[in-house]
Amino acid sequence: MEFDTIAAIATPMGEGGIGIIRVSGSDAVEVVDKLYKGRKKLSTVDSHTIHYGHLVDPSTGETFEEVMVTIMRAPRTFTREDVVEINCHGGIVSVNRVLQLTLENGARIAEPGEFTKRAFLNGRIDLSQAEAVIDLIRAKTDRAMKVALQQVEGKLSQLIKRLRQNILELLAHIEVNIDYPEHDVESVTRNMLLEKSLGIKQEIIRLLETSEQGKILRDGLSTVIVGRPNVGKSSLLNSLIHENKAIVTDIPGTTRDVIEEYVNVRGVPLRLVDTAGIRETEDIVERIGVERSRKMLKEADLILLVLNYNEKLSEEDERLIDVIKGLQAIVIVNKTDLPQQLDFSRLQPLLTDSTPIVKTSIKEEEGMDELEKAISAMFFQGNIMKEDQTYVSNARHIALLKESIKNIDEFRQSIEVGMPVDVSAFDLKRTWELLGEIVGDTAGDSLLDQIFSQFCLGK
Amino acid sequence: MVKPYDGGSYDVIVVGAGHAGSESALAAARMGCNTLLLSINLDSVAFMPCNPSIGGPAKGHVVREIDALGGEMAKNIDKTYVQLRMLNTGKGPAVHALRAQADKFLYQHKMKETIENTPNLTLRQGLVEELIVNNGVCEGVVTKTGARYYSKSVVLTTGTYLRGKIIIGELQYESGPNNMQPSVTLSHNLKDLGFEMVRFKTGTPPRVNKLTVDFDQMEIQPGDEDPQFFSFETKVPVPNQIPCWLTYTSPETHEIITQNIHRAPMFSGLIEGVGARYCPSIEDKVVRFNDKPRHQIFLEPEGRDTLEMYVQGLSTSMPEDVQLDILHSVPGLQEAKMMRTGYAIEYDVIVPSQLWPTLETKKVENLFTAGQLNGTSGYEEAAAQGIIAGINAALKVQGKEPFVLDRSEAYIGVLIDDLVTKGTMEPYRLLTSRAEYRLLLRHDNADLRLTEKGHQIGLITEERYQRFLEKKRLIEGELERLTATKVKPDERTLNFLQELGSAEIDNAIELAALLRRPEVKYKDIIRLSPPEEALPTEVEEQVEIQIKYEGYIRKQLQDVERMKKMEKKKIPPYIDFNEIQGIAKEARENLSKIHPLNIGQAARIPGVTPSDISVLLVYLEHRNKVSS
Repeated sequence: MEFDTIAAIATPMGEGGIGIIRVSGSDAVEVVDKLYKGRKKLSTVDSHTIHYGHLVDPSTGETFEEVMVTIMRAPRTFTREDVVEINCHGGIVSVNRVLQLTLENGARIAEPGEFTKRAFLNGRIDLSQAEAVIDLIRAKTDRAMKVALQQVEGKLSQLIKRLRQNILELLAHIEVNIDYPEHDVESVTRNMLLEKSLGIKQEIIRLLETSEQGKILRDGLSTVIVGRPNVGKSSLLNSLIHENKAIVTDIPGTTRDVIEEYVNVRGVPLRLVDTAGIRETEDIVERIGVERSRKMLKEADLILLVLNYNEKLSEEDERLIDVIKGLQAIVIVNKTDLPQQLDFSRLQPLLTDSTPIVKTSIKEEEGMDELEKAISAMFFQGNIMKEDQTYVSNARHIALLKESIKNIDEFRQSIEVGMPVDVSAFDLKRTWELLGEIVGDTAGDSLLDQIFSQFCLGK
Repeated sequence: MVKPYDGGSYDVIVVGAGHAGSESALAAARMGCNTLLLSINLDSVAFMPCNPSIGGPAKGHVVREIDALGGEMAKNIDKTYVQLRMLNTGKGPAVHALRAQADKFLYQHKMKETIENTPNLTLRQGLVEELIVNNGVCEGVVTKTGARYYSKSVVLTTGTYLRGKIIIGELQYESGPNNMQPSVTLSHNLKDLGFEMVRFKTGTPPRVNKLTVDFDQMEIQPGDEDPQFFSFETKVPVPNQIPCWLTYTSPETHEIITQNIHRAPMFSGLIEGVGARYCPSIEDKVVRFNDKPRHQIFLEPEGRDTLEMYVQGLSTSMPEDVQLDILHSVPGLQEAKMMRTGYAIEYDVIVPSQLWPTLETKKVENLFTAGQLNGTSGYEEAAAQGIIAGINAALKVQGKEPFVLDRSEAYIGVLIDDLVTKGTMEPYRLLTSRAEYRLLLRHDNADLRLTEKGHQIGLITEERYQRFLEKKRLIEGELERLTATKVKPDERTLNFLQELGSAEIDNAIELAALLRRPEVKYKDIIRLSPPEEALPTEVEEQVEIQIKYEGYIRKQLQDVERMKKMEKKKIPPYIDFNEIQGIAKEARENLSKIHPLNIGQAARIPGVTPSDISVLLVYLEHRNKVSS
């Protein structure tokens, strides 16, 4: 819908130091205020001021991000609407999370070019740019639609369509009772509504659960390779990159010398971070201290700890083993082409049972298969990913699914407290519409079609 | 050859005196326009050719809206009903629906009497064959008898008369409803003027003699003992309501239909018009829902002074001999004597997307159309369009701003917006599910929504308006009192809550908060804390609804606000959509055809996507800047 409050990530995706989420529209301040905890309510602060604080997820109460929030009230803003910019830590995970929360609290994700469009519509941008704006909307929307369509084609789309059909049948039943009160159609009962809506809710939750896996697919697992100098970290990295197709190479526009490599290991996309550090073959624990390195590693989805088969466990190794305890990690014992020095009976007790150990000789190209199997097993229970599997991965889709759950919950609550069904039906209808936005189908006439095909009516 | 003559000049001419035409003519005349109302036959003024009832879900709401705007339908049915029933009372306030059984003969007579006694209004029998159109402007009409009447606006309400054709089994003949004379030439004239026409179909069941019905085999359906009325002005009930009766089709009925289905015009291909899915004939129902063992049949009186009974549920165009067999297979109708035969009727309809939301046609200026001619079905839908067309025809004559209701203001707004924005592929019937702001469009608050507007137009008298303002004042006062007054958790309050099975309170709480609890009613609240003086029932009702459903009402109001923002962005009439680069082809065609008046309407046009709307907005802004 035009004129509602929109949000988007304003900085390039990647490991920038800072990420900015921009929110624009009449409810922009209100939306961010729901998340923001600082000295003052944002609704009370002056325009064009910046505020330090934290973001709190209102649904869980969990504080999760340190932010600087800029408040700019209309009309002296880029869009000439109220604009709030949230500066948070860079990195895909935190930036996405902030965006997601704004979407869950009243904003809608901006269409491509929409900020520019608003700037134009509100008289901010020069006339000569109008044509360019149209092209931008057209081109980007078409492409985005194509991408979105590809995402929802196939199984996800089928699941959502089936879900919507279930809701539609229920709605038709409610509506036929209202519009044809004297017809001998069975009346919907509270129990019937509660039971059916529970089924619908569970189905949406199931879809949402796939979104975590979907996110892995989209963003990649952030993966860190650690180990003492000269154990073969660089060779491992190069081997992973060479054996597997690199999805994306370095991210442009970053100021630091961090390079990210994307590789696809048996359908598990790995995003190898801080690889520059690895190349310098420096001991990170020594460099930044146990606590900090532990904190850094904790943010990774997967740690590959490399040990040397040809050497005894050193104090440094033990420190690293201690750091990865309880984290998602795989221990790689490299250089099996050389004589064994490492004592496995000493290593084993230092590790938790769930941490796999893989023996490799990267130089001889041995054991890489086992490593890839171990990675795949860790994240997809050993199932090799199939193309047709359903994963919700799009931020917009996730927001819509969450909103759907909220609506169906409200429906169930209002039925439980005895609200008349025609009133509660709004929330059910809204659920149906929200799911429709995922598959791009919001035609309102389907309900009437359903009523007349499901029930025999007439004079 | 008939010699043409000058029949005189009027401000407004209304063609057709059915439910649309009557409201049109009354509105225009009451707004001070010198108005001529023409009807093929004066015995068919406000005639109900099908069911003898008015109201029901959505339709009843519309009748109240017509009343709040100063129309006649509500008052007329309140004078002539034989039964009143509030439907959906077990559901929420938004879908409570009043339905009346009418004395259809008295209904006609009373409406005709009102029309005859209205100043500025001339009622005349005449069959209009042609419109006088010069340079795309309608200037009057020509009748079969040669009269040329001139006017500043014309409202066409031809119902099912345009090239009407009745079909009964193998029999078909040109006819208007109930064997009235059809209007053939006018239809050709409209086509010649460039209007796109389609053919629709509707039908009606047989009527039977009451004395030959065995009511012992049926279930009685009485009216409400203490009925509410359609008009906010009616205070006195009509005495002695008459019941309706319920029976069902039998397996034999279905057998007869199945065996004779080859003779049904619906299936033999005789009928070309599009019928409505919500109004199927009995043969249609039996074929399409063949797993359903029986269908309901309601016997409804057609009036107080007649023995004719309408057999609701048995609409059919089967041959007469089959209709008799069908009737006699229904429990209670074994001995029934058929008085009128059921029939299907086909008629010409103007594709309603050719109209502005004022119901003026886009092709011919000063020409308005309303009712079944625009593709709707139902007396209420017709009357609703009638009053709007009448008001706008008068406003146009008076050089005033047009009058349009939006989707958040009235079911009438939903109806007309649907017609002119989306068109219709079948006879259009209002349903509550068509209204996205259903909770705001309640029948109980129709006066609160529309009386102000009716008064501005000049259709609501000053006296009535003052009464309305008083009611509004009382509602607002009581709402304020309930929000401002708190009760403490003292013994009296706690006893009160316990008695109602409601949870205890720990701190002082507003009366409004208590009333929001599902188990607490307004009548309980006033026991705990009465207002200074007792309030009228309708005020109490408003207060209770507005507080109890406040959360949902607020949600809908937020939606409305968003819609209004879109509606505020106007699209000038001179915009050429074909000129706009970047709008998809289908959307461009539909936009050109409908020519929406604002962005909100544009977004509702089928085939127009959100990105088309974006491009349109940018284009409009671009134009604005160029011109300024």
